[in-house]
Amino acid sequence: MALTDVRVAPPEPEPAAEITDRARHERRLGLILSAPAFVVMVFVTAYPLVYAVVLSLYNYRLTDPAGREFVGLGNYATVLTDPVWWSDFGTTLIITVVSVAVELVLGFAFAFVMYRVIRGRSWVRTGILIPYGIVTVVSAYIWQFAFQLDSGFVNQWFGLGDFNFFGERWSALFVIILSEIWKTTPFISLLLLAGLVQVPEEMQEAARVDGATAWQRLWRVTLPNMKAAIMVALLFRTLDAWRIFDNPFIMTRGANDTETLSFLAYRQNVTLVNLGAGSAVSVLLFLTVVVIAFIFVKGFRTDLSQVRGDR
Amino acid sequence: MGDRKAGVWWTVSGMVILVWALFPLLWMVSLSFKDPDTFRSQEPTFFPQDWVWDNYKTVFTDSLFTSALRNSIGIALIATALSVIIAMFAAYAIARMDYPGKKFLLSMALAIAMFPQAALVGPLFNMWRNLGIYDTWIGLIIPYLTFALPLSIWTMSAFFRQIPWEMEQAAQVDGATAWQAFRRVIVPLAAPGVFTTAILTFFFCWNEFLLAISLTSTDRARTVPAALSFFTGASQFESPITYIMAASVVVTIPVVILVLIFQRRIMAGLTAGAVKG
Repeated sequence: MALTDVRVAPPEPEPAAEITDRARHERRLGLILSAPAFVVMVFVTAYPLVYAVVLSLYNYRLTDPAGREFVGLGNYATVLTDPVWWSDFGTTLIITVVSVAVELVLGFAFAFVMYRVIRGRSWVRTGILIPYGIVTVVSAYIWQFAFQLDSGFVNQWFGLGDFNFFGERWSALFVIILSEIWKTTPFISLLLLAGLVQVPEEMQEAARVDGATAWQRLWRVTLPNMKAAIMVALLFRTLDAWRIFDNPFIMTRGANDTETLSFLAYRQNVTLVNLGAGSAVSVLLFLTVVVIAFIFVKGFRTDLSQVRGDR
Repeated sequence: MGDRKAGVWWTVSGMVILVWALFPLLWMVSLSFKDPDTFRSQEPTFFPQDWVWDNYKTVFTDSLFTSALRNSIGIALIATALSVIIAMFAAYAIARMDYPGKKFLLSMALAIAMFPQAALVGPLFNMWRNLGIYDTWIGLIIPYLTFALPLSIWTMSAFFRQIPWEMEQAAQVDGATAWQAFRRVIVPLAAPGVFTTAILTFFFCWNEFLLAISLTSTDRARTVPAALSFFTGASQFESPITYIMAASVVVTIPVVILVLIFQRRIMAGLTAGAVKG
């Protein structure tokens, strides 16, 4: 059902003139009630985004306001030919792909357990919500200190001697991704659980009677019926992971090629107050998000506005 | 027999999930009770050799942390309240009325939910400085409000759609005024959805870090996540690790309390309207 089809019409038939009167009144009230939300969202996102586009066309450093000059697309050329952009792009891509893939598998496993478990069900469901609520910075510190040489237990437990996890790219990324997975798997598994509950039990039964194995039932009955849930979980987690900032900032400050795109935008804009190039990075980051959303919409052939609810 | 065996297996799996979710917290608590001077002199152990309260004393006497805690509580509560009120109007209109632009509003909210906040730090940094609200509460409340709105609007309109609105008319037929009918029938039905949305919004504001470090520079408005990243401990010669963990325990307590009390509601809120069909 489309979003506009929600039950809103007056229940009993009334004279035509009154309906239009009512409808007009309803339209006005609807617009008035929506206006504050609309205004706030435009003021803090649309307007600054346009402003970012404008800024990105200038060479503009806060440390040198007088030197501000129009450079057209020069900043974009600078950013896109800089190996730092591509290195950060790669890092972001690795973190996103690995964490979302692992979370999807793990999230499924958790969802199945939460669906089937009887003893201590509410304990499991309560427990799994706690990582979701933890402040990401806190989660980053927890994992960092666990893997750090002078404070952590990991090296001892796994006999790694004095291996420095934060001394090189891949092991540092491993810890960053681990923290990300710990914190956000609950979100994905709860969405999948909600999808799992919707799969009609009779269909499972029918497949069982027809002699389908557990594996066949999973692939032929369960998963196809959860398509909407999987889609929503994947889309939201992918875009969320793509914006990752807190974990690398806390754990490595971007050292050893662990800087992400959000980090780059922050560093250019806030640390270096290089607003021209920083805005170009911001706009490019925004565009990558649009492209990812577009790919998802095309790939899953789903109307985005219908992704959540109302069906 | 097979069923019982399967039941045991699921229970064990459930316990594994619990350990997976809670073990890192145990580590956080353990580290927060370690002696800041000696914890790194020997081989690090999982549990402290001596349990000490020093770290908690330090964080609560550190003005950086106490002011950050005040800022976090104030900013998160105000942003949550404003966001829920504004979103409530919009969600009510979306669930209840037919008007042009409704679909647009929902799509826009969805787009903002996916918006990379980092793309705004530059422009907001500059705008807020020009407007004189850089490093103030309001300078954080406005963007938090905005980024919490999409979630609030979607979640609340999903809850509101499930309300049988005809009941209000039925009450009016029974002699209640329109306002009485709304207050007595609809408000109690809508309250759980509003409340759930408020908890999720609070989590979001409590957790936010990127804007918090980009739009603040002093303890005037710096929230706990931002302050944590600047924490240096009692003196520059001491490692701040144990203090950071004590501070982390303090900011985790409200989250754990909310989760323990409102587990069902939070789950309902996270999945409201997300996966039907």
